[in-house]
Amino acid sequence: MKKFINHIDHVLIESLSGFAAAHADLVTLHLDPNFITRKNKAVNKVAIISGGGAGHEPLHSGYIGFGMLDAACPGHVFTSPTPDQMLMAAETVHAGQGILFIVKNYAGDVMNFEMAAEMLPFESATVITSDDCAVINSTYTNGRRGVAGTVIVEKCVGSLAETGANLAACKALGDKVNSRTASIGVALTSCTVPAAGRPTFDIDALEIEMGVGIHGEPGRRREAMREADAIISDCVDAILTDFKTRNFATSQQEALLLINGFGATPLMELYLIYNTTARLFKQHGIQISRSLVGNYTTALDMAGASVTLCLLDDEIKQHWDSPVHCAGLRWGI
Amino acid sequence: MKTEFIIAAAKAIQQSILANENTLESLDRAIGDGDHYINMKRGANAIADIAEELANFAPSDALNKIGLKLLSTIGGASGPLLASFFMAMAKTLASQTHKEYVLNENVEYSAADIAAGFAAGVQAIIQRGKANIGEKTMLDVLIPVANQFVLLATQNCEINPICTTLMQTAEQGVISTKDLIATKGRAAGLGERAIGHIDPGAKSCQLMIAAVCTLLMEA
Repeated sequence: MKKFINHIDHVLIESLSGFAAAHADLVTLHLDPNFITRKNKAVNKVAIISGGGAGHEPLHSGYIGFGMLDAACPGHVFTSPTPDQMLMAAETVHAGQGILFIVKNYAGDVMNFEMAAEMLPFESATVITSDDCAVINSTYTNGRRGVAGTVIVEKCVGSLAETGANLAACKALGDKVNSRTASIGVALTSCTVPAAGRPTFDIDALEIEMGVGIHGEPGRRREAMREADAIISDCVDAILTDFKTRNFATSQQEALLLINGFGATPLMELYLIYNTTARLFKQHGIQISRSLVGNYTTALDMAGASVTLCLLDDEIKQHWDSPVHCAGLRWGI
Repeated sequence: MKTEFIIAAAKAIQQSILANENTLESLDRAIGDGDHYINMKRGANAIADIAEELANFAPSDALNKIGLKLLSTIGGASGPLLASFFMAMAKTLASQTHKEYVLNENVEYSAADIAAGFAAGVQAIIQRGKANIGEKTMLDVLIPVANQFVLLATQNCEINPICTTLMQTAEQGVISTKDLIATKGRAAGLGERAIGHIDPGAKSCQLMIAAVCTLLMEA
């Protein structure tokens, strides 16, 4: 393992401290329990809180700021945060209109956020993201995993919350965006959890893991490396099949296409993936009117990428386009 | 039951977890992500660290504090599950205490009271994890043990035969996970690949039950 580490137990805190220092105009770091909030507390709106294991940066801390999250609770690498973090974060950012938790569908995250919600002295609701169409159940989940589509949910719900919309409306939009989103990922190499010191899974130089999760957990199948277009074509088919199975029409549909890097795949390749993916979706009658390409939901140093398609409607489009100012996403402001 | 006993039990559990590092690690490496022992150790050590503080509380309050400490220490899925057990047991025992607690005084609980508390704890895990028996999880140990405990305690069995039976039931539960396909918990993604392997969560629950039963039988 060759990584920038001083001491294995200090990796998370040093990284969080660096993040907070680099974006001191946007965020404030709170330690023990660990959570990050907007520097300037928002008033009179639903407070949006997300969180999850570290190692997926910029998810979630990079999405704290105007138009997205009010706070994020980072756990240890690939480990759910604990309810004391969510409770303190909620206490700090609550602005009189209740708390909306956005939680990726992993057993640990769901249970810890659920217990926090039960102990919370405020009204709350929870949106559980489950956009990964690769597998129904996996290492840490009951049901589909929440992956890069979470960024789209956080962006749209965050935008709606800024308008003063109530808790029920924010939850409804989050659930809607999640249901209209499908993702699938491919790994070329494993990631290495710093504390473990060795790769999470073994993979030959000429193999890929189709449908991999964002912790390096297994997906649909191990298969031989092929040319990019053949791999991407399978991803596009998986997404189209998923929407069809769930009775969403995709033909003539306007959509947002997100090509997300897992951490060790260069932007040059991500744009190559975008090029093919957009072309294939267009061949299926889908009109890609919004796009995002980059590292938005990573898996430490895993090489690979995921494709996410979100079927737009006027409401989702409006909230995707609205101004946002976070460390990991910024436009219109 | 005195809070003193709960503290002694927590220390016995800690010793048992630490003594079984290799067993728990190798079980979890086979069908999990290899962090089960680390999580259990972190939890057991955290409770041992607050032993002095616990001594000031009534047994039910001490159990609730243990739940909250585990909740903020372990993380992952086992944190909320174990925490739910202790918090629910605490709640049930508290509802059976009718007089004001005096420090270090014995709080009279019948075996049936404690069995009811244990069963309530197991029920809380079932609800929190949305799992049941036969899914290759800790519940394959906890549900049979809870059922036996309630049955024997309501039959006014003596403490030693109760403990002996519960320890046997727990061991049978561990073995039963070997041939199961996991539908919940850490091995759920493996499908048939998990067959032939014992569930590490079931094993650590059996270790904890054995540690407490052994302590009771020595008392």
